[in-house]
Amino acid sequence: MISTQLFYGGGGILLLLLGLWSFLVHAPLLRKLIALNVMGAGVFHILVATAYRGLDTPPDPVPHALVLTGIVVAVSATALALAFGQRLDRDDDR
Amino acid sequence: MTRFVSLVLLPLGLAAIGVVLIWTFYLAATGEAGARLADLALARVPETGVSNPVTSVLLNYRAYDTLLELAVLLAALLGIWSLGPAAPGFQRGGEILQGMVDWFVPLLILAAGYMLWVGAYAPGGAFQAGALLGSAGVMLALAGYPSAGLPSERLLRLLSILGILAFCLVGLVLMVLGLGFLTYPPELAKWLILLIETGATLAIGVTLAAAYLGGRPDHTSEVDAP
Repeated sequence: MISTQLFYGGGGILLLLLGLWSFLVHAPLLRKLIALNVMGAGVFHILVATAYRGLDTPPDPVPHALVLTGIVVAVSATALALAFGQRLDRDDDR
Repeated sequence: MTRFVSLVLLPLGLAAIGVVLIWTFYLAATGEAGARLADLALARVPETGVSNPVTSVLLNYRAYDTLLELAVLLAALLGIWSLGPAAPGFQRGGEILQGMVDWFVPLLILAAGYMLWVGAYAPGGAFQAGALLGSAGVMLALAGYPSAGLPSERLLRLLSILGILAFCLVGLVLMVLGLGFLTYPPELAKWLILLIETGATLAIGVTLAAAYLGGRPDHTSEVDAP
C-alpha cells in the first residue's frame, strides 16, 4: 500500500515543518524546546515511513534502529536543555 | 519579528520546502529501489547471534553507533549534573498514589527485564528496557521520593557508565583476541550482546531517571526506596 507510506511520510514532513515554524517564530525557550521535539517526531515518522517495504517484505531494520536510538537521545537532549533553562531562570531571579 | 514575516513569508517558505520534501519522498517511495542496506542486513541476521533484525543492527552491525549513543546520553547527564544540585522534590503523594506506585514500580522493573530478554528475537531491547526503568524512576520522583529510587552517588556514577564500560571491555577483549573492536565471533555473539545490553539497560534507565531529577543528586534528605 504505497498510499499508506506516503500518508505516514507526509504526516512526518508536516510535523517537521510545523515544528520548524514554531521554533523560528516563538521566543520562549520552552516553546522552542517543544517545537524541536515536534520536529524530531516528524523526522522519526519520515524514517519509519522509508523503512516500509510493502506488506509482504519485512521492513528495513536500519532506519528502525536509528529511530530507536534517536528517541532516547532526543529525550536526554531535552532534559539537558531543560536543566540549562532552569539554571538560566534561577540566575535571572537573583 | 514582524507579523508579516512570521505569518506570511515564513509559512510560504516552509510550504515551498515542504513541497520539495514531499516530492523527494514520493520519488523515493515509488521509484525503482536501488541497492538498499535492508536486503544485506536481513540476509546476514542469522550470523549476528540474535534473530531480531533491529537488535542485530543496533548491537552488531552498528555497534559503534550504539556505543556513541550511550556516550551522548552520558554527556547529557554530566551536563545536567554540572549545573548544580537538583531542585527540591515533590511532596509525598497521597495514599492512592502511593498504592499505585507500590504496584507499578515492581511491574515496570519486571517488564524491563522481559523487554531486555525478548529483544533477541522480537521487538524490544536495551533502549526500550532502559526507558521502562527510567519511567519507574520518574514515577518514584513524582510520588515524592527525592532520589527517585536511585542508589547512592558512588553506585550511581558506576551504573551510569555501565553501558559504555561493558561495550568497551567487550570490544577491547575481542581486540586482544585478534578479532577487531566489537567484531563478535558468531558462536559467542548472543551472550556478548546480552552482556552489553544488560549494562546498557541499567545505564539508560539510571541516566533517564537521574536526568529527570534535573541536577546533581542530593542524598542529605534520603528516603528509602521501596
